[in-house]
Amino acid sequence: MAEEVSRKPYVREMTYRWIFRHPRYLRYMAREFSCLFIGAWTLMMVWGLKQLAEGPAAWGAFLECLKSPASIVFHVIALGFAVYHSTTWFNLAPKALPLQIGEEFVPEAAIAGAHFAAWAVLSLAVFFLAGAF
Amino acid sequence: MAISNKPIVWGPFAAGGTLTAFLTPVLILLTLLAALGHTPDLLAYDRLHAFAGHWLAKLAVAGVVFLSLWSAAHRLRITCYDLGVRADVAVATVVYAVALAGTGAAVLYLTKI
Repeated sequence: MAEEVSRKPYVREMTYRWIFRHPRYLRYMAREFSCLFIGAWTLMMVWGLKQLAEGPAAWGAFLECLKSPASIVFHVIALGFAVYHSTTWFNLAPKALPLQIGEEFVPEAAIAGAHFAAWAVLSLAVFFLAGAF
Repeated sequence: MAISNKPIVWGPFAAGGTLTAFLTPVLILLTLLAALGHTPDLLAYDRLHAFAGHWLAKLAVAGVVFLSLWSAAHRLRITCYDLGVRADVAVATVVYAVALAGTGAAVLYLTKI
């Protein structure tokens, strides 16, 4: 333990200010902050499940709550962060899942591209199946 | 060999990160449309209630809720550390507890549908 070695261990100051030192750090933080919006939206949906279980009137009240201006603003911001999370996640996919066929590695752009294509197809399918058109 | 619980917390994080990357934007788009008054057919009470009444859909919804909340919790924990909060055990306890409580609540409500 550090305390046993030195009576006055040096504690490096650690603050949030480093995130403003480079645009790359800000982009990293934007990516990490997506979790707040994805988490909050998911908790909102858990509340929606409660309302759905309680019956048509409670579900109707939930849908009315969704229509408040604060909810609309939240949804737009959350959608932006969710899309940002997806793009960063798929762009990292080739690093997480390098694919080797024979001697050659599959190009990174192909792996990321396959993820983006699957994302588009899946999103369209959900959109259709939910009757949103 | 050192025993680590890292794979246990990191596994659902990676799975949840992938799941939310594929699914969450379109789901948020659906509730955004509902918020704008253009409610998708699926979100009408009768259809959604029938959909959520099937055991397979319940299982899927519970799984999506768990993985989404867990990956968000894990990422929030790391973000707190990055922002200079060094009480990692306390942060981890709170965020994972919220994720598990949210999942538990979702399972409870699903059984009532």
